[in-house]
Amino acid sequence: MRFMIVVKATKDSEAGVMPHEKILGEMAKYHEELQKAGVLLDASGLQATSKGWRIKYSGQKRTVVDGPFTEAKELIAGYTIIQVKSKEEAMEWARRFPNPSLDGKEGEIEVRQLFELDDFGPSEAVERFRKMDVG
Amino acid sequence: MTVSDAHRAIEAVWRIESAKVIAGLTRLTGDVGTAEDLAQDALVAALERWPESGVPDNPGAWLMATAKHRGIDALRRGKLLERKHVELGHELEAHQESPEGELAAALDDHVGDDLLSLMFTACHPVLSTEARTALTLRLLGGLTTDEIARAFLVPKATIAQRIVRAKRTLAAARVPFEVPRGADLAARLSSVLEVIYLVFNEGYAATAGDDWMRPGLCEDALRLGRILAGLVPDEPEVHGLVALMEIQSSRSRARKGPSGEMVLLLDQDRGRWDQLLIRRGLAALQRAEDRGGAFGPYALQAAIAACHARARRGEDTDWKRIAALYDALAELAPSPVVELNRAVAVAMAFGPAAGLEIVDSLATEPALGAYHLLPSVRGDLLAKLGRHGEARAEFERAASLTRNEPERRLLQKRAAASAERG
Repeated sequence: MRFMIVVKATKDSEAGVMPHEKILGEMAKYHEELQKAGVLLDASGLQATSKGWRIKYSGQKRTVVDGPFTEAKELIAGYTIIQVKSKEEAMEWARRFPNPSLDGKEGEIEVRQLFELDDFGPSEAVERFRKMDVG
Repeated sequence: MTVSDAHRAIEAVWRIESAKVIAGLTRLTGDVGTAEDLAQDALVAALERWPESGVPDNPGAWLMATAKHRGIDALRRGKLLERKHVELGHELEAHQESPEGELAAALDDHVGDDLLSLMFTACHPVLSTEARTALTLRLLGGLTTDEIARAFLVPKATIAQRIVRAKRTLAAARVPFEVPRGADLAARLSSVLEVIYLVFNEGYAATAGDDWMRPGLCEDALRLGRILAGLVPDEPEVHGLVALMEIQSSRSRARKGPSGEMVLLLDQDRGRWDQLLIRRGLAALQRAEDRGGAFGPYALQAAIAACHARARRGEDTDWKRIAALYDALAELAPSPVVELNRAVAVAMAFGPAAGLEIVDSLATEPALGAYHLLPSVRGDLLAKLGRHGEARAEFERAASLTRNEPERRLLQKRAAASAERG
């Protein structure tokens, strides 16, 4: 089973502060541990929302809203995908995740299990997703 | 936290830490059997204590420290002395004073070498292939004897016995706990790769039983391969093997039909292939090639798998390239099974008659006498040439040879189809 460890954004990450050597080192060490244990599938950091945008829907109407967005805790700044045998193993790895905040103070991560397309049961729409290489 | 929650949490920690702990203890005691006993003692202690105290911040170091204390206790009672481990006892004593943090650091310094040494020890040529496989899954995969027995469909007692004997053989042969160097390294590494691929194949194409696949075993093998790639990143064949396993795993969902029957490669819904694993596999293959390993046996097989992975539709498959890769593989590592696969590729690239010619040259091959894929491939080529009567006989023969139930049903279906057309 696969889990995504989501790193929540902070004021610093939103301000475009680049991660300094210490936190990069900690993150590198942690991800090396994941790799050495054979559980790391994918990982990436995300740039600040000032470089992104949102699209809001209201019925058929779409409105583009440019970043930055303010509610840092609701935003994400990176993710790591791991493949493990149990939820407990995912928990144990998540517990070891270094504090992702750039100032070493308040930070937050969130862990979510990935859906496999097989979890949805047979449906025509799911078949079409499969053909798109997602899932 | 309930007791059973705590036990599941401890199992997870064990899965992550056990190989490192056993490896570190083997370095200290010089004996895999002793190391595993001590590690098991530490696990029992954790099961007793952690439900109340919670999982410690550095569970690996805790398990290691506890195991060492048990080792020293055993030493004092003279148990280890009988095993002539006096000098190692001194080393255990010397480490005793080290607080958990320092111990963790000391452990980290050695951990890569220790894990690698443990892999080489578990896959030592002095052991039979079966023993290597069981020991590797147990010591490095963190599987219980029961899990290994279920994976290989043999009685638990057989696996337990196999592991006990393997440990004894290693001790009797005084196999040093080390990473082999020089010319030795290549041969020993290929033994490790062979064991990992054997575990993978047992999961990917179960040789017996009702299940066509046992994906858990594939995951275990893939995990071991990825670990090994991290430990010896400069060895091209390790990346070749990882690439091969990643790409083959990418198809596992598509290989199984709705009622558990197997679906052949060209009939698979390619939309169900796992693109993340394909990307990882192609990247690993690139690493193998960058290190000058494009023509290693695993890298060649991975390159063949990659040809399939890159083809968006079955009819887009570059069969000429696959046939050429099989030519290279047959030259490098000639075997009747490779030859049979080459025949399939040649048939796809240059027509069934060209493939049949190769298959027919294998007819007297004793190694393939009971191999169901020989008549199965021959039947397929005959059917394509419109020789349905002969095809039917081959499919029936193949069905009588396989030990895998879903595969037998598929072959019987094909025999019946040939009978209708013949």
